[in-house]
Amino acid sequence: MNGTAGWRDWLLTDEPASRRQARLSSWYKGWLTFRSNTLAMLGLGVLLFLILAAIFAPILATHDPFAQDLGNRLLAPGEQGHFFGTDSLGRDIYSRILYGARISIYIVLLVVMVAPVVGLIMGTVAGYAGGWIDVILMRITDIFLAFPRLILALAFVAALGAGIENAVLAISLTAWPPYARIARAETLTIRNSDFIHAIRLQGAGPVRIVTRHIWPLCISSLVIRVTLDMAGIILTAAGLGFLGLGAQPPSPEWGAMISEGRKYILDYWWVATIPGIAIFAISLAFNLLGDGLRDVLDPKESNS
Amino acid sequence: MAQSQTHGEGRQTLSLPPWFKRLLATLATVAATILGLLFVTFMIGRVMPIDPVLAVIGERATQAQYDETFRELGLDKPLMVQFGIYVGDVLLGDFGKSIRTGQEVATDIGRVFPATLELATLGTLIGVILGVPLGVIAAVRRGSWIDQVARFVGLIGYSMPIFWLGLVGLLVFYGILGWVSGPGRVGIFYQGIVEPITGMLLVDSALRGEWAVFRNAFSHIILPASLLGYYSMAYISRMTRSFMLEQLGSEYVTTARVKGLSEWQVVWGHAFRNIRIQLVTVIALAYANLLEGSVLTEIIFAWPGIGSYITTSLLANDMNSVLGGTIVIGVIFVGINIFSDILYRFFDPRAK
Repeated sequence: MNGTAGWRDWLLTDEPASRRQARLSSWYKGWLTFRSNTLAMLGLGVLLFLILAAIFAPILATHDPFAQDLGNRLLAPGEQGHFFGTDSLGRDIYSRILYGARISIYIVLLVVMVAPVVGLIMGTVAGYAGGWIDVILMRITDIFLAFPRLILALAFVAALGAGIENAVLAISLTAWPPYARIARAETLTIRNSDFIHAIRLQGAGPVRIVTRHIWPLCISSLVIRVTLDMAGIILTAAGLGFLGLGAQPPSPEWGAMISEGRKYILDYWWVATIPGIAIFAISLAFNLLGDGLRDVLDPKESNS
Repeated sequence: MAQSQTHGEGRQTLSLPPWFKRLLATLATVAATILGLLFVTFMIGRVMPIDPVLAVIGERATQAQYDETFRELGLDKPLMVQFGIYVGDVLLGDFGKSIRTGQEVATDIGRVFPATLELATLGTLIGVILGVPLGVIAAVRRGSWIDQVARFVGLIGYSMPIFWLGLVGLLVFYGILGWVSGPGRVGIFYQGIVEPITGMLLVDSALRGEWAVFRNAFSHIILPASLLGYYSMAYISRMTRSFMLEQLGSEYVTTARVKGLSEWQVVWGHAFRNIRIQLVTVIALAYANLLEGSVLTEIIFAWPGIGSYITTSLLANDMNSVLGGTIVIGVIFVGINIFSDILYRFFDPRAK
């Protein structure tokens, strides 16, 4: 028996011998289900590719993304060693796209660190505490849920000033309510279960119960929702960049690049079109990945 | 009815009918949400780094002028009092003056809003006409090529930046093919011919019988409206499909089939009848999303609506206009949300 087959049997056993084996086994079975979903694997592949492109941007780039060369402006793709041509200031579009991937991933990470965390805290506290705390927190959530998100993000950015971090903050401030709803619903189903009663009898306080025992169980539904929302978040961030309220020039943020190329769309189509394809690729990848994750982690919600 | 006849004699019963209680609860929700919206816009207006006094009097005013304007704007009062005054003003339709245009913000918005309404309405219409049948057929022929098409349409719609698709649309249909007119609402030769009635150019030119203007305006609006229609089609068809699947899997549909009804009657006469209310709520939400989502589209197509108004004001640091526009869109958004909620809760017996 070779080594891989042995691992496989160990992972797929019906009688796990230890807690670690059971956990790894369930992860492995999930991965097998996920792997059979071709589109989700495609999404994962595109995302990995973009992450690698972002990490190795300095090596893969053929030009300095900020170097202007007015003698060679608006070159067509392929001309003089510029894979995707040059923009109105003679900057290499291919290199700028690579560095732009870093900005997109930076935005994604920032939003992931803020919005779901706020939602998780609001939702679990509301669900666990109950009573008037629940009523007040959920009222606030409902109010935020009823707001027009893009317009509110615009107004927030207007107040905070343009820039990537402020754009992310504005998006997060409008993105957390659905996560609070999900976390609260999960908390309500968990909080009266026997194991929570047992932990409470052992003397655990509310903070410990919420952070150690309820949060871990909310994570999987939140991960699905965040992945599915990520495309919308990227599109909003790109939209703010396009309006000149997100990343500022000369930053190679994709939305801002489309905005710069907009004036030349009729004569030099590639300047605005290529960054758009990049945005499309990353949000499509997140949508495909989210659908796949939902099938694995939450089969009852699947709609295919 | 029977209750009021037996107990109603001689004394007033205080027990209100249940629908009235629910109506009160809904109204309280509306009021709370709108108050919350106003609180957020108020705070945005207060925490912003631009000094509201300097924005009115300019950099070179004396200290005495500064103090006077400071008091005139009510900035010396406590924050809660300021908020109260602000809510009172907004409820009376007073959003303050626009620094950029020099007019009342309410007047400005009244002028630009019909353009957005026209665009969003046409967009939703396109989305409904294409999206509902697509969703129904995708559900009936689950797994067929048309279901794949519906899925593909949805994926593209959820992944593609609308401003980019708009630019590509301009490039292809205006720049290369020349099928439609370019940015703007109407060609320069047709401007100012039609006296406004509703402010919506297509409606006005049709009412006045100016068919040349109508044709020109239509050739301008069709591309941005189709673009918005595409996005609302993606949403509507996805929701229609999942509602229909739920119905088609239930037992009364099997009964209808066993009874020997034609497929057409089963699908449209039975299953579709039961999703009508859910569908109206989805369409209402799609409409609200388009009113909001038209911001980026308006920029691309130089469409003189509320989205362009807010963005231009934003770049000019004209906060009164930005916040006024935010409130108007916010209130409409909240209104449509509540409307679809009421529709669902009051008219769909399953929601009880």
